[in-house]
Parts: sequence; structure tokens; C-alpha cells
Amino acid sequence: MEAGHQQSHEEHELVAALRNHDDAAFTKLVDTLSPSLLRVARGYVRDDQVAREVVQETWLGVIKGIDRFEGRSSVKTWVFRILMNIARTRGKVEARSAPFSALAGEDEDGPSLDADRFRPANADRAPDHWSIKPQVWRTPEEELLDGETHQVILDAIDKLPPRQKTVITLRDIEGWDAEEVRNALELSETNQRVLLHRARSKVRAALEDYDNEMQPAE
Amino acid sequence: MNQLPEMPCRELIEVITDYLEGALSAEDHRRFEEHLGTCTACVLYVEQFQAVIKAVGRITSEDQLDPELREGLVSAFRDWDG
Repeated sequence: MEAGHQQSHEEHELVAALRNHDDAAFTKLVDTLSPSLLRVARGYVRDDQVAREVVQETWLGVIKGIDRFEGRSSVKTWVFRILMNIARTRGKVEARSAPFSALAGEDEDGPSLDADRFRPANADRAPDHWSIKPQVWRTPEEELLDGETHQVILDAIDKLPPRQKTVITLRDIEGWDAEEVRNALELSETNQRVLLHRARSKVRAALEDYDNEMQPAE
Repeated sequence: MNQLPEMPCRELIEVITDYLEGALSAEDHRRFEEHLGTCTACVLYVEQFQAVIKAVGRITSEDQLDPELREGLVSAFRDWDG
């Protein structure tokens, strides 16, 4: 529970530094959190310029609010909450004037893979087992971690619906734990896991497609 | 130990995150591991899934704010007398 948030010594120092107008502490926080703030903002608004404005407004909100910050959540949870309030509002305004809403199609209930990857549920033999098995990837693991596959991963994450994008960004890129994410996004435990699993499955599928394209047709 | 119904591949791939987060029931946890003991395709899928999590964790974005915007924020911070 958030009420039980224990402010660590570091957090305490950070808040004190911000209240004391410590430029270096503020700059460091901006540099640390802004890339993820931008990525999350882009989930809610389509226009890149608007996403940057949302991040800018977030930081202005942080500056104005720091004296009232009570430390009941961590600083980063608080910053992301400010972002999401602003981003949701801007997203709604933008959606009204845009022909297609970027927020459409959360598709959280679809399967992780195409249904035809598995044998039918009523098959005589091995129902619901693989019909098209995953193949060993040609892309070596080192390349997965460093190479151009990074762009494949980033593109896949960019295409995710907003909530999936937000959850995978905070959990797997930022390294937040499940409870921090649930608190910041006000999600149930189950919902947090479902969104994370959908997101990871889609990134895996994108890498599988990329790997298939690398292979000469047989 | 009772014989539990097998966890088919289609079900297994939907609960990997639950498994990794320790959120499966004791029964499903056992079904998950028993299936992996017999299905190399699912083992491969789970390995790829874990490699993806690791790869996503390595992403560092160069996508920083424009320098002017960043400077503007720092001076707004400096000038704010709240």
C-alpha cells in the first residue's frame, strides 16, 4: 500500500535538495526520467511535439508542487502521476480533433500469438499444442542485447496500446517493481500482469518476425 | 501426488509472466513445470521470452529533451520561488 511507503534516505535527500533549489539535483532527475516520460507520453498523444509539451508541463508541475509533496509515494511515482494526468487530458483533446484516436484498440484480451500457431482445441491428437513451433533464432543473444534489434524492440514498443506501453516501459526498461507500477497507474495486480504479458509477447513476436526476415526462404 | 491435467502449449505461453512473477497457483505452477519437462518447443519459447525481457531491459534511450527545453526547465526551477 502506498500509505506504507517508506521514504528512503536517498529520497529524503532528493526532496530536500529540490526544495532547496539545488539545480544539479533537478537536472539529474530531469535527465534520468525524461526519456521514459516521453515514451509514456507518446502512448497518450500522437503528436511528438505535443508529447514534448506534456513532458515540459510535467516538469513545471513538479517545480510548482515540490513544496507540497508529502512523500507518501516515491518521487518517480509522483512525477509519473503528474505526467499521466496531463497526458490523458491532452490525449482526449487531441483525439477530438484527430480522425483516428491513438487510444483505440487496447486489445488486452486477444491471444499472445495467432490462433493458428496451435492445433485446434478439438484436435484428435495433441489439442492446443503447437502446430507452428517457435524456431531457434538466428539473431545471436549478444546482438539481441546490443545490435540493430534495439530499433526493432523500440518500434514494437511504440506500436503498443498506451497502457501496455506504459507498463512495459516502467517494468522492463525502468526496472520498477510490480507494486510501484500498480500504484502509479492504479491497476489491479492481475491487470498489471496481463498488460505486461501482452506487451512482452508482442515484442517477442516482433523479434520473431525480424528473425524470420533475416532467414533466406527455404 | 495427484495427476494434474496437462497444461497445453496454448495455455502455457499465456501464463509465463504469471509464472515469472510467482503468481500462479501451486497447481498451475506444477502443471507449467511438468509441461516444460516434456515440450522442447515451449522451453524454447520461454527462453526467447526471457531473452526479450533482458533485451528490453538493456534499452537506453538517447531520446532526451531538446537542450533548450532542458535549459528552460532548469531556469524555471531556479527562478521558482514557491
